[in-house]
Amino acid sequence: MRRLQALVRENARNPNAIAYAAMAIGALAFPGIVQFASGGNADNLVSLAADGGVFVLLAIGLNVVVGFAGLLDLGYAAFFAIGAYTYGMLASQQLISSPLHHALHIPFWIALFIGLFIAAGAGALLGAPTLRLRGDYLAIVTLGFGEIVPRFFRNMKDWTSGVNGISALDAPSLPVWITGPWVNTDFGWVTNFKFQSFNSTAWYVLIVVLVAASVIGVNNLYRSRLGRAWMAVREDETAAAAMGVNTVNTKLLAFAIGASFSGFAGAFYGAKLSLVSPDNFTFIVSITVLSMVVLGGMGNIPGAMVGGLLLYFVLYYFLPAAPQQAQTLAQSLGLDWLNNAAPNGWPGIGEFISRLKFILFGLILVSIMLLRPQGLLPSRLRTQELRRGVHDEPVEQVS
Amino acid sequence: MSSQHRDDILSLRGVTKRFGGLTAVDNVSFEVPTGEVFALIGPNGAGKTTLFNCITGMFVPTAGQVVFKGKDISGTKPHRTAQLGIARTFQNIRLFEYMTALDNVKVGCHVRMHAKLWDALFKTPFAKREEAEVRDRAMEYLRFVGIDNRAESYARNLAYGQQRRLEIARALATQPRLLLLDEPAAGFTPQEKVELMQLVAKIIDQGITVFLIEHDMKVVMEISQLIVVLDHGEKIAEGPPAEVRANQRVIEAYLGKSA
Repeated sequence: MRRLQALVRENARNPNAIAYAAMAIGALAFPGIVQFASGGNADNLVSLAADGGVFVLLAIGLNVVVGFAGLLDLGYAAFFAIGAYTYGMLASQQLISSPLHHALHIPFWIALFIGLFIAAGAGALLGAPTLRLRGDYLAIVTLGFGEIVPRFFRNMKDWTSGVNGISALDAPSLPVWITGPWVNTDFGWVTNFKFQSFNSTAWYVLIVVLVAASVIGVNNLYRSRLGRAWMAVREDETAAAAMGVNTVNTKLLAFAIGASFSGFAGAFYGAKLSLVSPDNFTFIVSITVLSMVVLGGMGNIPGAMVGGLLLYFVLYYFLPAAPQQAQTLAQSLGLDWLNNAAPNGWPGIGEFISRLKFILFGLILVSIMLLRPQGLLPSRLRTQELRRGVHDEPVEQVS
Repeated sequence: MSSQHRDDILSLRGVTKRFGGLTAVDNVSFEVPTGEVFALIGPNGAGKTTLFNCITGMFVPTAGQVVFKGKDISGTKPHRTAQLGIARTFQNIRLFEYMTALDNVKVGCHVRMHAKLWDALFKTPFAKREEAEVRDRAMEYLRFVGIDNRAESYARNLAYGQQRRLEIARALATQPRLLLLDEPAAGFTPQEKVELMQLVAKIIDQGITVFLIEHDMKVVMEISQLIVVLDHGEKIAEGPPAEVRANQRVIEAYLGKSA
C-alpha cells in the first residue's frame, strides 16, 4: 500500500503516467460503461473501439520510426498491408487457388507472429536502400514503397485474388473463454471459443492485450541502449557513428521494429474483418497514422496513442455520425425547416454537414496544431524544440 | 627514426586524401607515441581535420595506411574505429542536442555495452544491471569533466564550455586508448584554457593518449610533448615544442615569407 502511495505521489505530475493510467482505466471500463449506458446494445461501439485499437498499434509503431529514429516514413500502410495479407494467405482457403494448391490454415496466434516477422523483414528491406537518405528524400522513397505494396498485392492475382481481396479468413480460437452479462449470459466458461464478428468484446479484449504488450515492449526499447542509439542517430548521425553506434543497423532496426507493430495490427485487422483487400491500405492510411503521431506528440509513446485514439474517434465516429447528430439537434431546437431540402439549393442540414466532413476534419487538424504545435502529449524534447527562446530549464537533481 | 624502440599507438604511413583535384592531405607520415600529448598544428585549411577524419574512418584515405596498435585500420567504418579504441571530439561541437547530458554520455557507453535486442525488449535482469552500471559510469565521466550537476539538462542548454566538456566526457565513455580532440580550446577564456589543460593532464593519467588539433600556441606548447605541423596538406615539421617553434618553415607558414 505504501509503495502504491509512493508511486502515485511520484507520478502525479507526470503527464505520461497520467495518460497511461487514464488510458488503462478507460480501456478497462469502456465496454462496461457503453453497454450499461445503452442497455446492452453497444456491441457496434465496442467493435469500433477494437478497430480503433488497430490504429493505436499503428501509431505506436510509426512513432518508433518517425519519433524515435527521426526517419520520416510516408508509406507505413505498406507494412500494415503486408501483415494483413500474410494473415490472409496463411489462414484461409486462399492458397488453394494459388500455385501452391494447398490451403494453410495456420492458427491466428502463430500467424500473428509470422505476420510480425514478415512485416519486420519488409521494414528492413525497405530500410536498406534508404540508408543514405534523410528527411524529404527518405519520405519520397517510403511514399513510393507505400504505393507499390498494395499494387503488388492487387496484381498478384494468383495469390491474393487481386481486387477482390481475400475473404473468409479464419477466426482466432481459444480453448477457453469467459462469458458474462456482456453477451447476455451468466458468468461462465465456454470451451473451444471462436472469435466471431459478433463477439465484439472478445476482439476488444484481444486488441487491448496486444496494445498493452506493445506499449510495454516499446517502452523498454525506448529506455534501452537501442532507444538511445535511435535518438543519437536522429540528433546527429555522424557524431553517433563516431561514438561507436552502428548507424546502419540502428536505422534498419528502427524500420524493422516499427514495421513489426503494423504486422501485428494487420493480422488482427484481417482476422477481425475476415477480409483483406488492397483498398484498405491506401496512401490515406499512411497519412492518417502519421497525423496521429504528429498530433499526439512525436517521440512520445502515450502521445502517439492519444493522437491515435482521438483521430480515430473523429474520423470513424464523430464525422460519420455528425450529419445525423446535426439533424437531431436541429429538430430538438425546433428548427425543423433546416432538415428539409429547400428549392434555393439548401440540401438539408444532414446532407450539408456530410458534404463538409473533410473541411471539418481539416479544421480539427489545423486547430489542434495551432493550439498545441508540440502535439497533445509531447515528449519533453518537442516542448523544448518549440520553445527556442527559453535558454534554460530547471536542473533536475539526479538521485 | 626512433619508432623502432618507441611504443607507438598510431602511425600514419603516407596518408593522402584527395577530393577531386584538391589534395587535402598529401603523403603525411608520423607516429603518435603511447601515453603522451601529441599535437597537430597548422594554418587554416592545412588539412588537420581531414586527417582526423581519415584516422576515425569518416574518410577513406586515397592512399597510405593508418596503423592503430599495429593494425592497419585505413578505411574502417567510424563505429568500428570507436570500438577499437579511438574516440574524438568535433571542431564544431556535435552533441546530441535534444538529449540530456547524461544520455549523451550513455550513448558514448553504447559501444561497450552488450545488451541485445532481446534483453532490451524484455528488460532482462542482465539489461537492467547493465543499464544501472552504465548510468553510474556515465555519471562518473560527467564528474570527471566537472559537469555532473548538469546531468539532466539538455545538451543544447549547457554553456559553451560545458558543451565542450560534455563532448570530451562522451568521447571518454567509449573507453578509448587514443583520444582525438579537435580544437578543444577554441573560444575559451584564459581561465577555461587552464582548466582544459588540467583536464588533459587528468586524461593522460588514465593512460589514454591524447592527440589534439589546436590553434592556441600557448596551450599547444605547454601541454604537448610532440608536435607535427601541416601546411597545404603536407607535413612541414615535426618535433618537440621548442624545436618546432624555432623552425623556419613553420614561421613562414604562419606568418608568411618575409621578402
